[in-house]
Amino acid sequence: MKSDTEKLKNSNLTVALAGNPNVGKSTVFNALTGMRQHTGNWAGKTVANASGTFTHKSIDFTLVDIPGTYSLMASSPDEEAAREFICFGQPDCIIVVLDATCLERNLNLALQILEVNKKAVICVNLLDEATKKGIQIDLDELSLYLGVPVVGTAARSGEGLEELKDAVFDVATEKRKVFGTKIKYNSNLEKAVTKLENIIEDSKLFDDKTFSYLSKRFLALRLIDCDKKLDNSIKEYFNFSLIENQTINKAVTKIHEEFETIGLKQDDTRDIIVEGIVAKAREIYAHCTCLCDKCYSRRDRKLDKILTSKLTGIPIMLLLFGIIFYITISGANYPSELLSMAFSKVQEWLYGLFDLLHSPPFLKGLLIDGMFKTLSWVVAVMLPPMAIFFPLFTLLEDFGYLPRVAFNMDRFFAKSGTSGKQSLTMLMGFGCNACGVTGCRIIESPRERIIATVTNNFVPCNGRFPTLIAIITMFFAAGISLPFRSLVSAGLLLTVIVFGVVVTLLVSKLLSATLLKGLPSSFTLELPPYRRPQICKTIVHSLLDRTVFVLLRAMCVAAPAGIVIWLMSNIMINGESLCVIISNFLQPLGSLMGLDGVILLAFILGFPANEIVVPIIIMIYTASGTLVEYDSLSSLYNLFVENGWTWVTALCTMIFSLMHFPCSTTCLTIYKETKSLKWTLLSFILPTILGILLCMAINAVFFWV
Amino acid sequence: MNTKTISLDSLSVGDSGFVSKLLSKGELRRRMLDLGLVKGTYVESLMKSPVGGLTAYFISGAVIAIRPEDARYILINKQQ
Repeated sequence: MKSDTEKLKNSNLTVALAGNPNVGKSTVFNALTGMRQHTGNWAGKTVANASGTFTHKSIDFTLVDIPGTYSLMASSPDEEAAREFICFGQPDCIIVVLDATCLERNLNLALQILEVNKKAVICVNLLDEATKKGIQIDLDELSLYLGVPVVGTAARSGEGLEELKDAVFDVATEKRKVFGTKIKYNSNLEKAVTKLENIIEDSKLFDDKTFSYLSKRFLALRLIDCDKKLDNSIKEYFNFSLIENQTINKAVTKIHEEFETIGLKQDDTRDIIVEGIVAKAREIYAHCTCLCDKCYSRRDRKLDKILTSKLTGIPIMLLLFGIIFYITISGANYPSELLSMAFSKVQEWLYGLFDLLHSPPFLKGLLIDGMFKTLSWVVAVMLPPMAIFFPLFTLLEDFGYLPRVAFNMDRFFAKSGTSGKQSLTMLMGFGCNACGVTGCRIIESPRERIIATVTNNFVPCNGRFPTLIAIITMFFAAGISLPFRSLVSAGLLLTVIVFGVVVTLLVSKLLSATLLKGLPSSFTLELPPYRRPQICKTIVHSLLDRTVFVLLRAMCVAAPAGIVIWLMSNIMINGESLCVIISNFLQPLGSLMGLDGVILLAFILGFPANEIVVPIIIMIYTASGTLVEYDSLSSLYNLFVENGWTWVTALCTMIFSLMHFPCSTTCLTIYKETKSLKWTLLSFILPTILGILLCMAINAVFFWV
Repeated sequence: MNTKTISLDSLSVGDSGFVSKLLSKGELRRRMLDLGLVKGTYVESLMKSPVGGLTAYFISGAVIAIRPEDARYILINKQQ
């Protein structure tokens, strides 16, 4: 016994965090681990297993946040991932987070998890919201029904977390016995399951202690339900197959034959299983909750009436995004200029320092003109808009608005033959296209998932968004008097984004009709209750996150890229720099597209990160000796105009920025997600060709006009 | 109480009923079952998307939107 405790003290216990999507799982995760994983109020936010640690009563726990799912029947990749971990991740305890405001539906998953592994703690979260809505839950009664500890929490305010840790500790260290609960199915199925369960037990296939927690009853049920995915996983983890075991296979076949003689088909078995679970959930729900107010969701329905109605739904959506863009643009101006000024002061000071140290001009150029200038551009131009845009966007997300966007937009996606969840993955793309691509896992149908993956790049990411803002401000809104300037910029930016959405829809339709032929598959979209966002906390966290993100990118990508580009524009071959040679080579294609060779080269060199496209353009232009200083957008405007930019150049640059190959990280992610070179290549080539063609068309039209 | 069996997509906004039968098979059936849509489940039609198509329903305590192409395969005993 003593050695057992000893062992426990040294070992790290694994705790899985499971639950339906959107029940505050990530909030519980953050509250327990002290980490700051971003939480979003819509289904499928956690798309990959995230893990963190916490220590309780001197034992270290590893907490694994698994994707939120509605069931363990594994119909989408993230559901499969969730089931894999619950079944084979050998968790010492599973925390099942339930939404107190939606207990009946949430109990379905809890019951299924308990059927696999009863070493669990039920965490009834959002208890504060439930109380506000007049929903009372008898936690003790619930614990009696489920046979495992039940803890009520309000994770956002930290309520109940100590009790949760205590319960996890007790279950994981086996200080507290758990009983679990048994779902009774109808008599035919019940008889068959019991028989098969015993056969699996007798097969001694699972005698290995490591996986003894895996319930044989669950395995029997899955076998009867013809779940091949689970058997494949078993093969992977245990090196044997249940279906290939003769005795078991014979028994399963016999059961199926018996079912057939009494008229039960395969679909019927599944129905009986789900009916059993739903009936049990309903029974427990009826016994453990009390609604003081029958119409507890009245406020949500009223909000929905405004935000999704025929008359106001779409206008409000556009208006909301327009307002966010407006605040971003008008708010970013001042800090951007301030940062630019500060950086140019530092630059002067650095020049002075280098002169004082008699450093060779080569080093001065490389470090200041190359590295420092690129870095300062990225920080000054990228940081302020992103630090304003993302907190605002996060507030909208936390409020629960994003699923409503998907609800409003679905018809268009249905017409393009794709999933309505594509709106959600596109919204993720705003942050980073690589995240958007990973997010495509929430789409169940493989065909629709690939379409969403290939087209995600048409949403401007973190690295392109500020570039678009800068070009709009310089070339299209500069002539407008000040109070309206930001307003016009915001309107233009909104137009560009809407254009990106239209392109996404058209390309999706094109793909649906050609390479990825097919009809839209079924999908369901949950519209979660609205929640009041924690405004201060969100703004501070999101601001910090973005700042760190942009600064890291600036350091890891922009600084080294600055050095490479400086070298390229200063290494001379026959009196011409490498940059000039290549950009001269690209000039014909560039000018045909309304751009020039330099801009095209900048996009190509910007493959590692879109942030550095404009700094490359600046560096090549300035290296050829026209203008040295740029400390504000107006001096940048002069530099561009001196190098032959017109508003057509600006327009074509924006179009090509929106429609060209994804950055290297995104390409790698696409390959990782699709595991196919073909789709990765398509994601690279398709937007590039479309961008080139569109730019050529625009240029041709304005050339002849 | 008078009941009439109709498919879910023809249930008008504001009306409600109980599931009587699922006509779908395979994946679609599985997804509907995941929502807790079995015989006897109470469903209420809440609202339609502004451009049509997707409709949101109240199903066992949650608000779920389903496309009419899929809702067609769910039969409802409408409450009068």
